[in-house]
Amino acid sequence: MSRISKDQVKHVAHLARLAVTDEEAEMLTEQLDKIIGFAEELNELDTDNVEPTTHVLELKNILREDEVRNSVSVDEAMKNAPAQKDGQFKVPNILE
Amino acid sequence: MSILDKKISELHQLLHTKELSVTDIVDATFDRIHQVDDKVRAFLTLNEEYSRIKAKQLDEKLVSGADRGLLFGMPIGIKDNIVTKGIRTTCASRILENFEPIYDATVVERLTAADTVTIGKLNMDEFAMGSSNENSGFHPTHNPWDLSCVPGGSSGASAAAVSAGEVLFSLGSDTGGSIRQPAAFCGVVGLKPTYGLVSRYGLVAFASSLDQIGPITTSVEDNAYLLQAIAGNDPMDSTSAKVDIPDYLASLTGEVKGLRIGVPKEYLGEGVQSDVKERIMEALKVLEGLGATWEEVSLPHSRYALATYYLLSSSEASANLSRFDGVRYGLRSDNSNNLIDMYKQSRSEGFGEEVKRRIMLGTFALSSGYYDAYYKKAQKVRTLIKEDFTKVFEKYDVIIGPTTPSASFKCGAMTKDPLTMYMNDILTIPVNLAGVPAISVPCGFSDGLPIGLQIIGKHFDEATIYKVAHAFEQATEHHKAKPKL
Repeated sequence: MSRISKDQVKHVAHLARLAVTDEEAEMLTEQLDKIIGFAEELNELDTDNVEPTTHVLELKNILREDEVRNSVSVDEAMKNAPAQKDGQFKVPNILE
Repeated sequence: MSILDKKISELHQLLHTKELSVTDIVDATFDRIHQVDDKVRAFLTLNEEYSRIKAKQLDEKLVSGADRGLLFGMPIGIKDNIVTKGIRTTCASRILENFEPIYDATVVERLTAADTVTIGKLNMDEFAMGSSNENSGFHPTHNPWDLSCVPGGSSGASAAAVSAGEVLFSLGSDTGGSIRQPAAFCGVVGLKPTYGLVSRYGLVAFASSLDQIGPITTSVEDNAYLLQAIAGNDPMDSTSAKVDIPDYLASLTGEVKGLRIGVPKEYLGEGVQSDVKERIMEALKVLEGLGATWEEVSLPHSRYALATYYLLSSSEASANLSRFDGVRYGLRSDNSNNLIDMYKQSRSEGFGEEVKRRIMLGTFALSSGYYDAYYKKAQKVRTLIKEDFTKVFEKYDVIIGPTTPSASFKCGAMTKDPLTMYMNDILTIPVNLAGVPAISVPCGFSDGLPIGLQIIGKHFDEATIYKVAHAFEQATEHHKAKPKL
């Protein structure tokens, strides 16, 4: 039985905001199925009483003073914008 | 001997006695680049005009007798996922083809404060995903020892440029071996520091809990110089550690008497080529001769590292790379008429295949219903892998093994033997998962291609790694070999 279906791949692509053609979805289904199959070897290990590691350093909330500091100017912030108008990022229609 | 074959300390002596100027060094660097880079293809962007101006300014500083930085006048190449103000930074991706950062990464600021000259930006696998530089969105880089072979990856060009003598040293980044594996393939010295030692501010994130910036050089001494300049806490990176930075150069004593070395049996097992094993055994003999002792040890969860790494790094990447949406910077597709479609088209046109595959895997592993089975499971196995190292380090000062199971391979050959390809990463990935530091130093050849010795240390004990690496280097001739280009 395959671990991931083509419909699931299309759903994941939508979540990831990637456009995939039918052919690409086919290919990705096969490739992801193999990778996930490989990853399932982790199930050999009993990890019921193991704490997950999110970070190797034991860091807790890193706090700093809430002080006013220099920020970037509007011109700098807009420097790499693909489309802009009146100092704001311009995007296509959001509401149809 | 060319200027660029000298060490930092030697060049500083020549600058001090005025036998050499910074302009001479920078001129020699660009001469060399123009001579060989059409073969190696390491650079994506050259910063030539500015470098020559900077050289003049530093020469004036030399004459004036003002205080000089630790790396005064030294030319450096920077991997193209580290942002440089006003210098194009692409991550070797079409999605950032024309991106000009508006600030410098903290490491770049520190290098500038140390009086280096930024020569240019170096090629890589797109967003640091890959082990051969063949995943660059622009062009592959070639191995200076054999141009038909890969330089490794993802910091392949950072290693190739140093090996080819195009720059004295470079910065790379290492998420699963991306500094050490190319350093091994190109016969140079590459260090992945302890997670948190070097600021990641301005490093375009791939897998935030694994990524570290580190130095690539021709000698251990130069490597220590470079780390000295970039290490240390940075308020702009909340994961950067607050630790005292030792004098790394002071650790280069050549003295390893009484040092206890653990050699994991998993690192010399199936899939590791016999001549690689032989070079490692020879290296252990050298260290024994200097008074160190070694014993076989076990890192029993090593075989689970690769699956753990792929799940965690892809999950983190899928979140990190969601920022490339065609709104504030980067490529925007013209083939769309609403916002969601614009996101999808821009990302699909801008990202290469490997990047898309990993985003898909990560999004899947994090998606509702699968999170516990894949992502959380991998985080738990990560704990077991980390504990393997902790246990060995209770009895041993360093862990030693090969950096990679084989030497470099031919361009285009990577899909032919997936097992060897997987094994390629198996010796470097556990180090990132555990967050410990490790170096790769040249330890000989396999059919004319370099092999790397990997020395792994305890958290924040880069000084001991350098001590061992330097003692080994000084007792052998491997680092003196240069590729013929």
